[in-house]
Amino acid sequence: MLTDFIKGIWKENPVFVQVLGMCPTLAVTTSLINGLSMGLATTFVLVASGLAISALRKVIPDQVRIASFMIIIASFVTVVKLLFEAHIPTISTQLGPYLPLIVTNCIILGRQEAFASKEPVSRSLMDALGMGLGFAFALVVLGSVRELFYQGTIADVEILGSWYKSMIIMVQPAGAFISLSILVALFKKISSRG
Amino acid sequence: MELFFIFVAIVLTQNFVLHYFLGICPFLGVSDEMEAAFGMGIATTFVMTLTAIITWNINNFILEGFGVEFLEYVSFILVIASLVQLVEMFLKKYVPELYQTLGIYLPLITTNCAVMGLALFMVLRDYNFVQSAIFGFGAGVGFTLALIIMAGIRSELMEDAIPEPFRGTGITLLTAGLLALAFMGFSGLVPV
Repeated sequence: MLTDFIKGIWKENPVFVQVLGMCPTLAVTTSLINGLSMGLATTFVLVASGLAISALRKVIPDQVRIASFMIIIASFVTVVKLLFEAHIPTISTQLGPYLPLIVTNCIILGRQEAFASKEPVSRSLMDALGMGLGFAFALVVLGSVRELFYQGTIADVEILGSWYKSMIIMVQPAGAFISLSILVALFKKISSRG
Repeated sequence: MELFFIFVAIVLTQNFVLHYFLGICPFLGVSDEMEAAFGMGIATTFVMTLTAIITWNINNFILEGFGVEFLEYVSFILVIASLVQLVEMFLKKYVPELYQTLGIYLPLITTNCAVMGLALFMVLRDYNFVQSAIFGFGAGVGFTLALIIMAGIRSELMEDAIPEPFRGTGITLLTAGLLALAFMGFSGLVPV
């Protein structure tokens, strides 16, 4: 059971190893806070829909399973979107259309198809938690790196000091692709050595 | 003129793949061969144009008409999924040659976030019907363009000596970054 949890965070990390869920990963990681909120929102949807689908796995007919999964996922995304709008409206605006786009995040449908629709509730919960937190971890790392090199801060705390000139490319699309590329390569290097 | 700007913006300056990061999965995964990239692009453009037209009507007449905007995501994803299925069945029956070519790419389009993103952006920007249709078609063209350029570069890359950790995803993302940088050069084309 513990291995179900651990594998998502490191060995099968959804972003660094499986290269899934790239759209939100690249789009919202302009700062640590944004990355963290996106990661947690995705974790919530992943866990909630994993629980629901795993509990309903014997009821959902095989032919329409993808459509049923999508409706369950979309309902939980609506819940998250409404919660964000009500309680943290500033982050909700910053994430913009990428928050509802959790619906089409391939990690979520992928986990339902590969795991939750076949395994009992308890294991699915562990799997969803591990994958979700692994995703959040990747977003936090990428968000911190981009924020640090953009304006020398992490979570708005000054790290590099006032001499640092802000590097606007880091919050633009090109910076997102390049930083993720370097992180993926680093991850591969580290895990191949261990 | 305004319609023309919407089209140019979505193809070049605000390309779905390189500016909004939508449709990255097929962009990184499928685009190894030119022909496959082209097939995927055409199929997606087709679905995107139809999605824009249909979701506009649903959003304006059903969701807003009955005041049930909170059903936006559920209904959009249902429309997209069934649309893809419908297109697949239609092509299979009436245009079997085209179905042969596009067949394998069609089911993948449902989970392409570019299609869902298109519907969301459309609502967010309050486009009217004609603008939405142009926007949908342009987004598809932009996606195809990015996919083809990437396929061309990747087929060249295969022969190069790339450092081990960068093989595969690393170098693809780096290439995408340089492409995004190049596309930033278009940004003066459309008045903001």
